[in-house]
Amino acid sequence: MTESENKNDLKPPITEVGWLGWIRKNLFGDWFSGLLTFACLYLIWKIGFPALQWAVLDSHWSGTADDCRGASGACWSFVRHNYRFILFGFYPYEEQWRPALCIAIFVGMLFISKNPIRWSRKLLYGWLVVFVVIAVVMRGGLAGLSRIDNNVWGGLTLTLLLAVVGITLAYPLGILLALGRQSRMPAIKMLCVAYIELIRGVPLISLLFMASVMLPLFLPEGLVPDKLLRAQIAIVLFAAAYIAEVVRGGLQAIPRGQYDAAQAIGLSDVHRTRLIILPQALKIVIPPTVSIFISTLKDTSLVVIIALFDLLHTAKATLSNPDWLGFSTEAYVFVALIYFLFCFSMARYSVRLESILSPEKSGSV
Amino acid sequence: MKIYISPNIQLKYLLTLLINSILVISFTSSESYAGKTLEAVKSRGHLRCGVNTGLPGFAMADPRGIWRGLDADLCRAIAVATLGDSSKVKFIPLSAQQRFTALQSAEVDVLVRNTTITLQRDAAMGMNFGPVNYYDGQGFIVHKDLKVKSALELDGATICVSPGTTTEANLADYFRGKGMTYQSVVIESTDELTQAFFAGRCDCYTADASALAAARARVKFPHDYHILPEIISKEPLAPAVRHGDDQWLDIVSWTVWAMQLAEEYDINRKNIDSMLESMNPNVQRLLGVKGNFGEILGLDNKWAYNIVKQLGNYGESFERNLGNKTKLKLSRGLNQVWSRGGILYAPPLR
Repeated sequence: MTESENKNDLKPPITEVGWLGWIRKNLFGDWFSGLLTFACLYLIWKIGFPALQWAVLDSHWSGTADDCRGASGACWSFVRHNYRFILFGFYPYEEQWRPALCIAIFVGMLFISKNPIRWSRKLLYGWLVVFVVIAVVMRGGLAGLSRIDNNVWGGLTLTLLLAVVGITLAYPLGILLALGRQSRMPAIKMLCVAYIELIRGVPLISLLFMASVMLPLFLPEGLVPDKLLRAQIAIVLFAAAYIAEVVRGGLQAIPRGQYDAAQAIGLSDVHRTRLIILPQALKIVIPPTVSIFISTLKDTSLVVIIALFDLLHTAKATLSNPDWLGFSTEAYVFVALIYFLFCFSMARYSVRLESILSPEKSGSV
Repeated sequence: MKIYISPNIQLKYLLTLLINSILVISFTSSESYAGKTLEAVKSRGHLRCGVNTGLPGFAMADPRGIWRGLDADLCRAIAVATLGDSSKVKFIPLSAQQRFTALQSAEVDVLVRNTTITLQRDAAMGMNFGPVNYYDGQGFIVHKDLKVKSALELDGATICVSPGTTTEANLADYFRGKGMTYQSVVIESTDELTQAFFAGRCDCYTADASALAAARARVKFPHDYHILPEIISKEPLAPAVRHGDDQWLDIVSWTVWAMQLAEEYDINRKNIDSMLESMNPNVQRLLGVKGNFGEILGLDNKWAYNIVKQLGNYGESFERNLGNKTKLKLSRGLNQVWSRGGILYAPPLR
């Protein structure tokens, strides 16, 4: 009976369902959105097509700069010739497998620790081991690897190093500062407030500048830490102040009742903070925290003013090579893609992490 | 039962730990700077040389990350003179603001970063300059279609210039001095500035002559552009060292001069071994066959021989980095030994 009824039902008109229906509903819902659709199509035609033509159809993938100059499209052979310098900087050419290996290990480790199910003390030790291995492989001087000083580290390696070490050290430091700011002891509170406001009151570029130009003048000759370490410390101190403020936001969002309840079941201050308050607070602030991580990664490009060769700077340096002058677009597109890859994956991951850690919200564990 | 410390005490402890560890790291991570520069370089086993972060022809990384350029070669030459090996040099790229601090704080042993000698730098900034390694000066480049043969014909021209530099000030001085007018097009980034010029936004582009040559090298038809003969400023570029170590200044100076003298006496990389038998006393002294001039400087007696053997004379370095075989195609001009019409006049080595 129900079958025959279904047979006699009129099907909805073809313009209401399927892809046609979707187009009609979403792109031409009323005259205004119809107009916008046409405007967008026109823009895509005007911008997208030439971009495609430039980047793919007319592009050059091999040959020298002179071959490229004759062509109208992108010159990707510029990237092919220079990518090793852009990625690894001054790291000795024959030894560049070492930073490549380190980046591979690091990215692999990220994949392993992607899922919170695997988070454990063991994984933490795993990371410590990985950091030691990376340090040894990069620096050498052990196990038959030649010693390579950090003044030749550059390119993507340096960008990742500054960002990862910066974030890893700044995060706990930021949490401590945020807790310190909430402290009942006036001295600690004052110190933390002063630190946070002082650092947030100056731009990163001035911190880097002070670390690189002024610090050596104050310290006695020979006691100056090397340039990379100075920049790294400046980045850590800077990011920590911002993370502290983000975490403070999370701490303040925790209802008073949680504190009282923790006290009522007899938890000490440390336990209360560690088991009840921080887990909730840190979860709430995942999105702004990741924003700070992303901006830390991008801010590392400011080290150009103290003449460290990060990803952007190595790309710029290849541009001044007389053999390859005039291919700035290709270089910047290449670098932008790399930055985008890292920043976008961080952003996506934060969304995922949020939903995994909040079963009460989405239920999509 | 465990005893828990209050979070505040823990925090204090952690902060102290942090501060201490930063101090410890900073005290242990850098090498100690012991007395005289030469001894420091020898005991360290390499020279620390401050260079530009990327200036074609002077100091620039090639795609393999190896430093190329006239300045880079001078760094290597000093390494050869002091340590006998051109690879024993650590290049430390420095920005314009960083360079003097880096020298004063002993982060570098010598600064070879296309630095113009000025009175203020020489006297007030605690540094001493060696002999000039390259005479640069501000010039003009125009399109050939403009049919301009001299800067004096540029009255009323639009000129591309980068803002806030001595270049801009020199330009204003020059035109005011000649009673001419001009319209300036001011763009911050060098890359965009040169693109604006080659796209025809200005009649003329002004910068240091070596930079003009570098800009010209990038266009499709470099022969369409013409660098005018007038040079309107003096930019003598020289290596610099810290005040207070005269022996080190002597070594840097004589390294520059040795390369120039080698060219003057026609000693180059190819013929140097046969030159050891030369009867010319000047050559004999330079190559350490006669006399103990290296030892007087505190170096190996074969110091100059090693420099030319490994790097060539000044002319070879010039041709390799700036000359006609490179994209820059700079002519020798003033940077030619005095006996061939230039102003490189190295004092006698005796």
